Amino acid sequence: MSSSKQALAHPASSAEAAPGTPPGAARGAHGRGNPAGPDSWRSRLYRWDMKASPYAFVTPFFVLFGAFSLIPLLYTAWYSLHDVQLSSLDHQTWAGLDNYKNLLSSDFFWNALENTFTIGLISTVPQLLAALGLAHLLNYKLRGSTMWRVVMLTPYATSVAAATLVFTLLYSWDGGMVNWFLHFFGVDPVNWRESDWGSQFAVSTIVIWRWTGYNALIYLAAMQAIPADLYESAALDGANRWQQFRHVTIPQLRPTILFTIVVSTIGATQLFGEPLLFGGVSGSKGGSEHQYQTLGLYMYDQGWIIGNLGKASAIAWSMFLVLLLVAAVNLLLTRRLRKSQ
Amino acid sequence: MTTTELTAPPGVRKEERRRRGRTGAGRQMHAGPVTYVVLTVFALVSLAPLVWTAIAASRTDGRLAQSPPPLWFGGNLFKNLESAWDEAGLGTAMVNSVVVAGTITVSTVLFSTLAGFAFAKLRFRFSNLLLLLTIGTMMIPPQLAVVPLYLWMSDLGWSNQLQTVILPSLVTAFGTFFMRQYLVQALPTELIEAARVDGASSLRIVWHVVFPAARPAMAVLGLLTFVFAWNDFLWPIIALNQQNPTVQVALNSLGTGYVPDQAVIMAGALLGTLPLLVAFLLFGKQIVGGIMQGAIKG
Repeated sequence: MSSSKQALAHPASSAEAAPGTPPGAARGAHGRGNPAGPDSWRSRLYRWDMKASPYAFVTPFFVLFGAFSLIPLLYTAWYSLHDVQLSSLDHQTWAGLDNYKNLLSSDFFWNALENTFTIGLISTVPQLLAALGLAHLLNYKLRGSTMWRVVMLTPYATSVAAATLVFTLLYSWDGGMVNWFLHFFGVDPVNWRESDWGSQFAVSTIVIWRWTGYNALIYLAAMQAIPADLYESAALDGANRWQQFRHVTIPQLRPTILFTIVVSTIGATQLFGEPLLFGGVSGSKGGSEHQYQTLGLYMYDQGWIIGNLGKASAIAWSMFLVLLLVAAVNLLLTRRLRKSQ
Repeated sequence: MTTTELTAPPGVRKEERRRRGRTGAGRQMHAGPVTYVVLTVFALVSLAPLVWTAIAASRTDGRLAQSPPPLWFGGNLFKNLESAWDEAGLGTAMVNSVVVAGTITVSTVLFSTLAGFAFAKLRFRFSNLLLLLTIGTMMIPPQLAVVPLYLWMSDLGWSNQLQTVILPSLVTAFGTFFMRQYLVQALPTELIEAARVDGASSLRIVWHVVFPAARPAMAVLGLLTFVFAWNDFLWPIIALNQQNPTVQVALNSLGTGYVPDQAVIMAGALLGTLPLLVAFLLFGKQIVGGIMQGAIKG
């Protein structure tokens, strides 16, 4: 936070006098820079402006942010302790921890948790590795470097809904592009929507497709900030390109890699649109066997399809707790990594 | 963890950059043919699904169910686009999305710049605490807000009206943080001091000093916010339905409809993505720059 301390220490350096000096004292003493002249109410107004304006500038943000992000967070916790049904919103009765107990004993909850974890893993790991490789390539001196970057980012412009609709068609059992492509290699048509691993794989590819380019740009930015002499001295020591990548680039990128892991984990935990639309008509169930029902999908299903908003709130908070847990593990692992080096 | 990186003294990075400049090309080695081949593969994977969307949108539903899938354009593009526009409500949805994403963008940029300026350059009580709060909550999933929002909007009798999706997104923690990071470095403190000495009020300073200095970052934040708002999914599909949809809500109803015509669905996906593709074509460089800038700093 050091930089916020370099804020204006004495904004109105000479003329406006130190805070606390009576307005009259400033009168006439400092000609230049006191536009208010002899009018004491003006200089009072001026000082009031100095003090109040920072608050005025942050108020719109915090009012809107508080009302629609922070307060709902607490209300969700409150509702998770109540019985709230979509059909009778006015009758909310205290339920204690019933919603949470209900969740812990529900197979669907554990199934959703497991699916979220599996899909999160098989979408995040390949995505970040590919992004790292792609960033490395983009870091070469390229003809039309901006064009390459924009092209890699186009999937990011495609909405979850549009991308998923397209991929669902690509993965369709009969006449789908993917199965047609696989038949050249003698692979029988895969039922991507029904099979267990197939559906999870398909959902993951949508995530990978949309986010690889974005993450590559983040890595690229960090790579370009690595001082060149690190590479020069590595080259002098006889390190080849791969060794330079392994021993200079990767360690220098560590904070950025950690950042992308955290952000991707958060994205994976709330995965929702992709499995919903991949499932078509029965989307909120995450497939006939719930094989790709994620936590986000389970929450939507319980809240707005089944109509149990209290339980949906409990799922939302469970999701948040899972996220905090994952973040803590992440932090612990990186600390240990840093120590061991 | 990002904050420590963020607040590294600005001088350090400049120093690094200077060193890189002195050593000439530095890390920047010329790409060989293999690099171009691999990059082309990546580019094809990025673009092929979009091109294929257009191909599928130009065919018929029956043709799309046959193998092998079509690899070139057919003659039904305009018919399918028309069906998507009228029957699937993409027309209304596009207008609604422009209103929603436009309002959100203007408000986010304006309020983020004001708050970002205060955090970057002004001194006030609890500023560090408030900034930490902003950063800390940046990563809370939207799922944690939707139940209360739904209950409130129902109470107000606003269900299915556009303000339900506009109001909760009028500001983002990311926006404020982004502007703060930019203004810490881009806005010279002396400039504000000089304006103060000349007797300018805070509002005048914002108008004549802060906004001009912040303009490049405001443009980038505007683009990123528009993309985000246009593609927002979870809350809109809860709050709105097919009667008054945004683009994503209309696409959702298309995809979960009981009698899906795949060619029309693809036409809808194409229509709904087109505005952003155009924006990327026009401002791709700025968007890429914004993401990379946000990355170094955040």
